[in-house]
Amino acid sequence: MRLPCPICGERDRREFYYKGDALALDRPAGDADGGVWDDYLHNRDNLAGVVRELWHHAGGCGAWIVVTRDTVTHEVHGAERVGKAKA
Amino acid sequence: MAKLIETTPCAGLLPLSIGGVNIHEINLGQVTLVAPYAGGAKATSDALKAAIGVTFPKPNRTNGAGPRAIWCGLDQALIVGGACPDLPQAAVVDHSDAWAVVRIEGAEAEAVLARLVPADLRASVFKRGHTVRTMLVHMNVGITRVGASAFEVMAMRSMAGTLVHDLEQAAKGVAARALI
Repeated sequence: MRLPCPICGERDRREFYYKGDALALDRPAGDADGGVWDDYLHNRDNLAGVVRELWHHAGGCGAWIVVTRDTVTHEVHGAERVGKAKA
Repeated sequence: MAKLIETTPCAGLLPLSIGGVNIHEINLGQVTLVAPYAGGAKATSDALKAAIGVTFPKPNRTNGAGPRAIWCGLDQALIVGGACPDLPQAAVVDHSDAWAVVRIEGAEAEAVLARLVPADLRASVFKRGHTVRTMLVHMNVGITRVGASAFEVMAMRSMAGTLVHDLEQAAKGVAARALI
């Protein structure tokens, strides 16, 4: 698999570290309900289809990126830098 | 006080000449990491241009021939081959002696690196002055093309032995393959 780093260009999967669902960017307010925090910290959908995930270009520029890819077709639709991406 | 002896990172390990490649150590002299603060990219680039004649490089690029600016990560570059001016809009860190830098050149240099590096370094896409942050086997490195068949490979100084070992093994492999 090759991922399109918005800084470096298309690179091999070996250069990237996988974090998980990009939901992690959508941090609840500090006083949010316990259930909301439980969902944020622990509960993830196990989607077959298009997913948005956090990857770290650890072996390259060092940017955190949000990659949109399809777990069924293995198609990679694109990537954008965290900070420029919406959670 | 004890008399301290200066040694380079690859002292005793290089140079090597194997098959179609020569590998030797490069001493970059003073090396300075420059990382502009948020909003300080243009001011930093302008200050570098005024002082040493090179602008802050775009990703995957180097600028300059005497003093050089080598892109080395997100919003970071190394200034080599000269002193770095005062840059109030950037974090500036002395990296002299922090890097092991080797030059690998020869007809088979591309083939040797292709065994080790998951980035595309072919001359058609990776031209003189282009640079990448990538991995050499499992180790983070910066690789810059400095000639038609010459590359500079930078790794952290503590990894000099691993860097030379991996390059040597790959060069021996390419040389052995040529004999078949």
